[in-house]
Amino acid sequence: MSKSSISEPTRQFKWIAAILVAFYSLVTIMPLLWIVATGFKSSADSIAYPPKITFQPSLEGYVNLFTTQTRQTKEFMAANPPQNWYEEIVHSKGMVIAGPSRFGERFLNSTIIGFGSTFLSVFLGTMAAYAFSRFRVPLKDDLLFFILSTRMMPPIAVAIPIFLMFRAVGLSDTHAGMILLYTAVNLSLSVWLLKGFIDEIPREYEEAALIDGYTRFQAFYKVVLPQAATGIASTAIFCLIFAWNEYAFAVLLTSGTAQTAPPFIPTIIGVAGQDWPAMAAGATIFLLPVMVFTILLRRHLLRGITFGAVRK
Amino acid sequence: MANGIIERAAKSTPAPFARKIKGLSDRAIAWIFITPTIIILLAVNIFPLIWTIWLSFTNYKANRPNADVKWIGLRNYERILTDSDIWLTMQATAHFLIWTLVLQVLIGFALAWLINQKFKGNDLWTTIIVLPMMLSPAVVGNFWTFLYQPQIGLFNYVFAFLTQSDPTSFSMIGDVALAPWSIVIVDTWMWTPFVMLICLAGLRSIPDYIYEAAECDRASKWRQFWTITVPMVLPFLMLAVLFRGIENFKMFDLVVQLTGGGPGSTTELTSINLKREAFEKWRTGYSSAYAIILFVTVFGLASIYVKALNKVKER
Amino acid sequence: MKFKRLTTAISAACVAATLAPTAHADDLTLCWAAWDPANALIELSKDFEGKSGHNMSFEFVPWPNFADRMLNELNSGGKLCDLMIGDSQWIGLGAEAGHYIKLNDFFDANNISMGDFIPATVTGYSEWPKGTPNYWALPAFGDVVGWTYRKDWFNRADLKSEFKGKYGRELDVPNSLAELKDIAEFFQGREIDGKTVYGAAIYTERGSEGITMGVTNALYNFGFEYNNPNKPYDLDGFVNSDGAVAGLEYYKALYDCCTPPGSSDWYMSENIDAYKSGQVALQMNFAFIWPGVHADSNVGGDKSGYFPNPAGPGGHFAQLGGQGISVVSYSDSKDAALEYIKWFAQPEIQKQWWELGGYSALRAVVEDPGFASSQPYAQTFLDSMAIVKDFWAEPSYASLLLPMQDRVHKYVIAGEGTAKEALDALVDDWTEVFEDEGKL
Repeated sequence: MSKSSISEPTRQFKWIAAILVAFYSLVTIMPLLWIVATGFKSSADSIAYPPKITFQPSLEGYVNLFTTQTRQTKEFMAANPPQNWYEEIVHSKGMVIAGPSRFGERFLNSTIIGFGSTFLSVFLGTMAAYAFSRFRVPLKDDLLFFILSTRMMPPIAVAIPIFLMFRAVGLSDTHAGMILLYTAVNLSLSVWLLKGFIDEIPREYEEAALIDGYTRFQAFYKVVLPQAATGIASTAIFCLIFAWNEYAFAVLLTSGTAQTAPPFIPTIIGVAGQDWPAMAAGATIFLLPVMVFTILLRRHLLRGITFGAVRK
Repeated sequence: MANGIIERAAKSTPAPFARKIKGLSDRAIAWIFITPTIIILLAVNIFPLIWTIWLSFTNYKANRPNADVKWIGLRNYERILTDSDIWLTMQATAHFLIWTLVLQVLIGFALAWLINQKFKGNDLWTTIIVLPMMLSPAVVGNFWTFLYQPQIGLFNYVFAFLTQSDPTSFSMIGDVALAPWSIVIVDTWMWTPFVMLICLAGLRSIPDYIYEAAECDRASKWRQFWTITVPMVLPFLMLAVLFRGIENFKMFDLVVQLTGGGPGSTTELTSINLKREAFEKWRTGYSSAYAIILFVTVFGLASIYVKALNKVKER
Repeated sequence: MKFKRLTTAISAACVAATLAPTAHADDLTLCWAAWDPANALIELSKDFEGKSGHNMSFEFVPWPNFADRMLNELNSGGKLCDLMIGDSQWIGLGAEAGHYIKLNDFFDANNISMGDFIPATVTGYSEWPKGTPNYWALPAFGDVVGWTYRKDWFNRADLKSEFKGKYGRELDVPNSLAELKDIAEFFQGREIDGKTVYGAAIYTERGSEGITMGVTNALYNFGFEYNNPNKPYDLDGFVNSDGAVAGLEYYKALYDCCTPPGSSDWYMSENIDAYKSGQVALQMNFAFIWPGVHADSNVGGDKSGYFPNPAGPGGHFAQLGGQGISVVSYSDSKDAALEYIKWFAQPEIQKQWWELGGYSALRAVVEDPGFASSQPYAQTFLDSMAIVKDFWAEPSYASLLLPMQDRVHKYVIAGEGTAKEALDALVDDWTEVFEDEGKL
C-alpha cells in the first residue's frame, strides 16, 4: 500500500491512465478472444466471408480436435446410427468417427516434458545458484557468464549437432531427450534468477542453523528453500512458459512418440483443409494450464522478471 | 561480518572431521550442487557447440551419413560472407529487430508508467495485457495468418472499420511492402507485455522519497519524469532490450508459421534461412559455419551491450 | 442374426488363415501425410486388422512437413514406419538408397500384376528407373491437379449473357488455359450475392512444394520439358525454352490479375478455405479434395463442378500427385507389411477404398462401367489421370525442389526479375545438383 504523499497522481490523471490502459487491454485481447470464439464456431462459420461476429455456437471444433473422422458408405451410416451427442455432430456432416485423434497424446507429452523439465531446471538451478551464492567457487564469474551465454545460440544452430548427437545415442524423439534439452536451455535462466533471490537471503539465518547443529544440507532445505519460495515460483513460471510453448526444437527433434502440442496444433487437418475451429479449440485448451499457473503465481511474476539480472 | 567466521571455520576444518559433525564439507557440497548443472550444459550446449565448430570446416551433409567427410578449411565461411542472399536476410532481421525493439520499448514503457499511476483495477488490466505472451509463438503465428486474411480475417476488418476503407484493399502478409511490418506487429502484440513487466518492476523500485524531495525543490512533473523516472528505469529498460534483442535475433517459430519467410524472401530472417540450409538442403557443414557466424555476432553485440548496461547501472 | 454373425466369423477366420501364414501378431506402423484420405485408410484398415490379427498404427505428418520428416526418417534408417505411402517423387531415392524393398518377386508370387493398375500410376508411383519393370511400390492413391468451379455461378443467366457479350462464347468449362484466364478475369472483383468475389485460387506456397505443384500445370502446357528427351539431364533450352518462359509468364499474369488479395502463400488448405467460403469462382487443387467439396454444406452438390487442367499451346498435361505404398527396408515386420499390401491390392478392398473417398488406381475399379457416373468428379479424375506428368523423381528430388520453389516464388509472387532470368537460374541450380550427384 502506498502511503498518500505529494507524489500521488491526481484523480483526474488516474482516470486518464485507467482509460488508456483499458483501451490497450481491449485491443490486445481481441485476437485472443477471436481464437477462443473460433473454437466454438462451425467450420463453415469459421471461414465465413465476411467474418462473422455473431454465430450459432457449436462444439464441432472440440469434437474434431479429439477425434479422427472419415467418410463412410451410406449403408454403413444407416446401419450405425449415432450413439451420443458427439457422434451426432460427426454424423450430421456425413462422417463417422474412426478413432481418437492424436491431440490427447500430444497434450500429455507437453505436460510430461513441460513440467518435467521445469522441475529439473528449477531443482538443479536452485542447487547451483545456492552454491554460487554461498561458496567460493573457482572461476565463479567465468562459469556464470558461460552459463548465461548458452542462451544466446539460436535454437536452429544448436539443433544441428543436437540432432546428430540424439540420433547417435538414441535420444531423438524421446521424452527423456526433450526433458534434458529443455532443462539445459532453461538452466541458464534459472541459475541466474535464483542466484539473485538467494543472494537476498541473509546468511545469518543459515549460520544460526549451523550453530544449532544442522548440517549444510539441512540448513539448505530447512532454512534457505522456504525463504527462496517466491524466487523458485517465479523461476518456475518462466521455465514453464518456455518449455510449454517451445517449437523449433520440438519440430526438428520429435515426431511420432514425443511430439509436443505446439508443432501439432498448427497442423490439425479437417475434412479437407485446415480445421480452424479444432485448431482454435486446441490452442484454447493448451493455453489454460499456463494461464492458470501464471495467474496463481502472478504475485511473484514482477520480482522474478528482474531479480538476478538487475541486482547483480 | 559474522558469517565470515563460520565459513572460515568450516573451511579450515579437515574434511573427515567436518563430515562427522556437519555431514559433507562445504566444498563437497558446492561441487555436488554445481556439477549436475555444468555437466548438462557441457553435454547439451558446449559439446554440440564444439561439434558445430568442427563441422563448419567440413563439407558434411547429415542426410548422407555414409559419405566421406572432407576438411575444407574456411571455404564455408568465405561462401557465406560473400553471399548476397545472406545479406538480404540480415537486412530483414535488422528491420525486424530494430522496429520490434523500438515499438515494444515505447509502448511497454508507456503502459507500465500508466499502470504505475495506481488506479483501481490495474491488477485486472495487467493480467489481461500479459496473456498474449503465454501463448505458444508457433500457434500465434499460425493464427495470425488467419487473422490477416483480407477476406475472412479479423485484422483487415477492424482496420477497415476504423479507417472506413475496404478490408480487402490490402494484404498484410501477401504484399511485399507490408509483409515486413506484419511480423513486427504480431511480435509487438505478443511481447510488449514482457517489456511492460520489466519497466513496471523498475518503476516500483523507485522510492517515493526521491519524488518527495524533488517536490520540495519545486521541480516540475515534467522535470521529475526526465531527471528521476527515466534514469531510474533505464537499467531495467536496457535489460528488457537485451532479453528481447537476443530472442528476436533468434526469432524462428512465430515468423516461420506466419509468413514462412515470404513473399519472396522479404521476411526471411536469419534463423529461417539457416533452417532451410540445415534441414532442407542438408548442407550441414555450411550451415554450421552460418550458425557460428550468427553466434559470434549475438555474443559480440551482447557483450558490448552488457558493458554499456553495467556502466548505466553504476551511475 | 446369430447364424449370420457366425458365418461372418467363420469366413473371416478362413481369410485370416490364408492371409496370415505367420502365427504371431505384429504391430505395423503405416506412415502417410495427414489428410482426409489417410483418415479413410484408418477406417478401411480395420478390415485388415480383423482378418490378419496384426495391429495397425498410423503416423500421419501434415503436408508442409511431410517430405522433410519422412525423408529424414528414411535417410537415418529409422524404424518408425513399416509401410510408407511416400510421395511419387521419392521413388528414386527410395530405390537407389535402399529405403524401399523391391516388390517384383512379391508381386509375382502373389499374382499381383502391374498391368491391372492405371498405367500412369504405375509409372508415377512404382517404377524406378522410369520406364523399366522394376517396382518399389504398389499404386495406393491416385491424385492429380485439377480444377473445381462454381457451377451455380456459371449457370446464372445474367452472367452467362454478359460473358457471351464480352468474349463471344458461352460461359462454360474452359478448353484452354487462355480461356481459363478469361473466366478468372471475368469473375475477379465481381459482386455476387453482395460479396466481392475473385477469379481463381491457385498454388503460391513457398515453404514446401506448393507453387511448384501449381506452376507446372502452366509450364507443361506451354512447352516446358524437364530435360532433353534424347539426352538425360541436358536442361538448357528445355527447362528455359521459350515455351517454358511463356508458361511462367502466364502463371504470373494469372496470379496478378485474377487471384484473391493476400493469396501469396497458399496451398491446398488455403485454396479450399477460399473456395468454401465463396471467395472464388475457380480453384486449382488436387483431386483428393473433391469428395469433401461435393459433401460441403455451402458449395457442395450441384453448386460445384470439376474439370481437368485445360490444354495450352504446347500440350495438354496435368501435374501428378498421389502415392504408392512401399515396405520400408529397415522394418522389423516386413512380412506383415507385405501382407498388408497383398490385402490392400484385392479388388474388393480397392472398391471399398474408392467408396470411402480414396482414389483407387486399380483398373478393375475405375474401368467398371458404373465408375464414371458413381460420383460427379469420377470422370474428371479419369480424364486427368490420362494426361499426368510428374516432377523429378530423382534421388536428389528434395534438392531439385528447393531451387524451383525459390526461383518461381520470387518471380511470380514477389515480382523479382523476369521469367527468363528465373528459369535460367533454375537451369544453373539444377545443373549444379546433378553435378553434385555425379549424373553430369
